[in-house]
Amino acid sequence: MQKKSLGKLGVAVLASASLVFAVAAPAAHAASKKVIVGIAYDLGGRSQPGFNQLAYIGYTDYLKKYPGAGIKESQASASDTDATRTARLKLMVQAGANPIVAVGFNYATAVKTVAPLNPKVKFAIVDDASITLPNVEGLNFKAEQGSYLVGAIAGLMSKTAHVGYIGGVKIPLLQAFEAGFTAGVHKVAPKTIVDVAYVTLPPDFGGFNAPDKGHESALGMYQNGADIVYAAAGGTGAGVHQAALEKNAWSIGVDADEALYPTNIANRSATAILTSALKNVNAGVASFLTDVKTGKFKSQNKFFDLTNGGVGFSTTGGHIPASVQKTVNALGKQIAAGKIIVPTDPTKA
Amino acid sequence: MTQKKWFWGLMAPLASIVFSVAITSIILLIKGASPFGTFQVLWQFGSQGSNLVTEINQTVAYYLAGVAAAIGFKMLLFNIGIDGQYRLAVFFSAVVGAQIHLPPVLHVLVIMVTAVVVGALWASIAGYLKVKRNISEVISNIMLNTIASGIITFLLQPTRLGYNLKNSNNSQTPPIDKSGWLPSFNIAGSHLYSYIFVAILVGVLYWVLLNKSVFGFNLRATGMSFRAARASGINAPRMIFITMAISGGVAGLTGVGEMLGNTHDYSLSFPTGYALTGLALALIGRSSPIGIALAAFFWSFLEGAAPALDLYGVPTEIVIVMQAIIIISTVVSYELVKRINQLQQQKLVGQAAVEVKEEVK
Repeated sequence: MQKKSLGKLGVAVLASASLVFAVAAPAAHAASKKVIVGIAYDLGGRSQPGFNQLAYIGYTDYLKKYPGAGIKESQASASDTDATRTARLKLMVQAGANPIVAVGFNYATAVKTVAPLNPKVKFAIVDDASITLPNVEGLNFKAEQGSYLVGAIAGLMSKTAHVGYIGGVKIPLLQAFEAGFTAGVHKVAPKTIVDVAYVTLPPDFGGFNAPDKGHESALGMYQNGADIVYAAAGGTGAGVHQAALEKNAWSIGVDADEALYPTNIANRSATAILTSALKNVNAGVASFLTDVKTGKFKSQNKFFDLTNGGVGFSTTGGHIPASVQKTVNALGKQIAAGKIIVPTDPTKA
Repeated sequence: MTQKKWFWGLMAPLASIVFSVAITSIILLIKGASPFGTFQVLWQFGSQGSNLVTEINQTVAYYLAGVAAAIGFKMLLFNIGIDGQYRLAVFFSAVVGAQIHLPPVLHVLVIMVTAVVVGALWASIAGYLKVKRNISEVISNIMLNTIASGIITFLLQPTRLGYNLKNSNNSQTPPIDKSGWLPSFNIAGSHLYSYIFVAILVGVLYWVLLNKSVFGFNLRATGMSFRAARASGINAPRMIFITMAISGGVAGLTGVGEMLGNTHDYSLSFPTGYALTGLALALIGRSSPIGIALAAFFWSFLEGAAPALDLYGVPTEIVIVMQAIIIISTVVSYELVKRINQLQQQKLVGQAAVEVKEEVK
């Protein structure tokens, strides 16, 4: 950690030393042959565990295969409008970034605006399939499938027949997590109660970065009798994991294998994480960058799901008994084969 | 005397900007970054043509939020409900705009009137509670903000008033016909919304209302002393109610520019935080129409330039630090100026008293 921040400091010093040149001559950047990857993060930025961080990990994974690519990063702010997001992407293009990854569906309009103006720059957008432009690829994840599997784990392992779901912000994307989770629980334990809570309502996306509220919400659920709570809430999850530890109960992480990231939360809380519903944004980003590098880029909407390992669940810590794993893996195969269709709308599930 | 007032009015915010730059420079130095380079990047990126246009569009929104807050300030009302008023107004005006089909100018007018009415109605709930039940407008407005979010989330579903854009994870209202769009000027590859004229008009109206109308006089009088106003025959509770509604009406216009000029629908991508920004700008701009405009532009400029810092390795949060220091130091310096003036006045009064005494002798 210390080393990382030192590195960042070094970058800052270097950058400020070359500032004058960099700003004065962005064209020189564009002309140089070195590949510069641009990543425009959603709210919270790279330091937000999970979603945003995974996009960055996708870039580092790519670097392992194709070293030498630079990076330009920028992060969203709560006061952003489509106009400011557009300006941010334009800035990345100006700074010579190509390809560019936009993290989050909020960038859809901005990508739609900037991509046609820069036909030579390749764009990818995470969590959006509404764009069909020759230089844009949509990276989509059937997160409801991963949520279904951790739901089944929760259903099988809950001793109180009572589990909880905490979503960051009540948006359709997160409601798909809820629908998948609930369906998974009820598949294996039809009578188990599922408490549902969302931290904030849109357009307040603060719910993805409010560990304190996640903590309160989870405490309520545990006191109410739940013994496993699934946090699909980005940075807010840290509070949920903390609450699980305090109450000697289980929590479930999201997007990344959160049990591997003990620094994201109070050090010891990692032990309270039963499993994580994986949404491998890193795989999506790395595949996009690799495709661009090898000339295989296609304008398309890619869907990452159980058939290609784009989603799943983690077993870090070895808390899930083999019998449970077996049942859940079998369910996963059925989903991959199309025998189980996981719902995405909780109101219809 | 008036000249002096002008001078101090200008000096206080300028001094706080200088102060903020100084503190920020120290922080940058501690971080190991060059303050000079950082401000240069901010300036160079922020003043690029296309970015300036984006910043001016943002200024318009901030300006309206600032004026809404300033109207409240005149009555000692702290309208923190601007967020909810703006959101509900832009949402409903987007819904109405998509439902109706009218000739160009009329269509836009109906949308704007809807926004003002919705904003005013929503704010008047807080006004009513304040006047009739003596509930602090801060508390009720914070709750109303959350309730507004709830209403929008409920109604924005495709089965209700929402619209499902194919394969999108966003939620939005149906698109508005072209007749309901406001034209924008293409400058340096960016679109300057003609909505800027609405902001100018609001600014002029605000000034006239406040300084040249009986209503404005009553408003300022009630703001200065509720009891004195009442004693002189002003219906003070009614004034509070109306002020809250007007403030909400202006807040309702905040997000409409972005919708009429750019998005042509309401979606989850709309920003939050206009209330706090508006209140801060009204404070810095001392509730004057010009002052708020300058503050709003300065704010937008900083925010518009911030992404450049990201790319060159300085955390963008430094801009937020700058803004925060400016707010605090402006408030402090205004208070200082006020006290200095008071002291001088007291001195003058004292001197006059001594002179009178000596004359009597």
